Amino acid sequence: MNLDDLYRRVIMDHYKNPRNRGSFEDDALKIELNNPTCGDRITLQLKVEDGVVKDARYNGEGCSISMSSASMMTEAVKGKTVAVALDMADRFSGLMKGEPVEFEGYEDIEALSGVNKFPARIKCATLAWNALRKGIDEEEKH
Amino acid sequence: MNSTIREQFPILNQNINGHPLVYLDSAATSQKPRQVIDALKHYYEWDNANVHRGVHTLGSRATDAYEGAREKLAKFINARSTKEIIFTRGTTTALNLVASSYGPANVGEGDEIVLTQMEHHSNLIPWQQLAKKTGATLKYIPLQQDGNITLEDAEKTITDRTKIVAIAYVSNVMGVTHPIKELAAIAHRHGAVIVVDGAQSTPHLKVDVQDLDCDFYTLSGHKMCAPTGIGALYGKRALLEAMEPVEFGGEMIDDVGLYESTWKELPWKFEGGTPIIAGAVGLGAAIDFLQEIGMDAIHNHEMKLAAYAEQRLSQIDDLTIYGPRNREVGVVTFNLGDVHPHDVATVLDAEGVAVRAGHHCCQPLMRWLQVSSTARASFYLYNTEEDVDRLVDALIKAKEYFTYELG
Repeated sequence: MNLDDLYRRVIMDHYKNPRNRGSFEDDALKIELNNPTCGDRITLQLKVEDGVVKDARYNGEGCSISMSSASMMTEAVKGKTVAVALDMADRFSGLMKGEPVEFEGYEDIEALSGVNKFPARIKCATLAWNALRKGIDEEEKH
Repeated sequence: MNSTIREQFPILNQNINGHPLVYLDSAATSQKPRQVIDALKHYYEWDNANVHRGVHTLGSRATDAYEGAREKLAKFINARSTKEIIFTRGTTTALNLVASSYGPANVGEGDEIVLTQMEHHSNLIPWQQLAKKTGATLKYIPLQQDGNITLEDAEKTITDRTKIVAIAYVSNVMGVTHPIKELAAIAHRHGAVIVVDGAQSTPHLKVDVQDLDCDFYTLSGHKMCAPTGIGALYGKRALLEAMEPVEFGGEMIDDVGLYESTWKELPWKFEGGTPIIAGAVGLGAAIDFLQEIGMDAIHNHEMKLAAYAEQRLSQIDDLTIYGPRNREVGVVTFNLGDVHPHDVATVLDAEGVAVRAGHHCCQPLMRWLQVSSTARASFYLYNTEEDVDRLVDALIKAKEYFTYELG
């Protein structure tokens, strides 16, 4: 068990210098999700136009893994089509199972691959991606 | 306490991530001594049968073992009679039993249920649900800065409209003990009953339900060296006699007709279905084990450890300890600077030190403390000063790790 596998510099960078942290002033789609067992919570906002995730912001409370994952996720999906964003969410699930997944064009996410060796922390890493799935699901219902 | 006690817990003799295990999460669940594990094994290898029905030998042995455990528990908490001891799945089930049976029959619109903001979710939500169902109001005895309550505040909060006061004897987060005997007297003066959540007190203190004069007392076996899935409700006999069962089925009936049935006498009318026989046997063995060592000795040992931990932990810069100074139980809740408790707990785990991180099933208390979560180290009879030293060393590593290596 090597802690450096878990806490890579890139993760701590996203934790301490979060990207896309905040909220939109207008009434953009808003998803609130939490991990009831540990208290981590995220509020994700998405702006989806013509099937493309134009912008994303998040607020929340949680550990370095959950918050850095949210920072990375919002950066990664911005400008992607909904289909590509969902595919990334699937690939992220694969990454958490230890599958050799690549995130071409947004390699930061691969820094979270070490989380799969820490089973208790996988739910931290997937919180933001689950919020994304839920958001897209709600968007498509409209 | 000496090392021979530790040796009686087989699970503690292992390495976690290359380090000898230091288990500091006994407030979540305790480890089990060989004596309890052997009792379960013996029960399943020799005595297993259903209770209160078989004419055969095994049926008698199983019944004796099950009812014997009830006698041990009755003596352990000084109940007047075994009729006052109802086996349940644990504290949660016991509290829910009171809320759903005693509750609707005795609480009405405009009545009050008094709690503290420190209650475990299991001693909060059943009362919220009862209040919603009956139109009663929930009231909270305010907390002092250190998490204690005052009797003056209790006097102000408990009124003639109060029907139930529900409170933990010992907080699972703050290491606080509440003055149950005095609260019981206040409640009784107003015609209310007091329901005590004893999940964190029974494993660590000598409990005397008659001396406390509580009306209901609940406990969980798994926090006191017994297996998971067994706990109990103690209730004063007259109260239990008047209460309706909440689970109906086999074992709990006296006579069953097509349209009407009657119930067995206490305590069995509350134990529908095949009971938790092996669990009760394990609980009986755990009580024997704890009594051989002595509850006073266990409590003194934990007080010493808590004082030592408080002194050592307060030497770490940036470490915030929640709760009162001079805690009366072995629970220390803390945060390390702005490092999230999950991250702290993961680094500690890498050093073989197991602590709890999260909201400890106390979200309202976390809001009161203005934190989203905390880390918690909790001690039991098998912990040593060396365990505290290992915790402190691991915390210093965690601090360095997040400050320097990744800062």
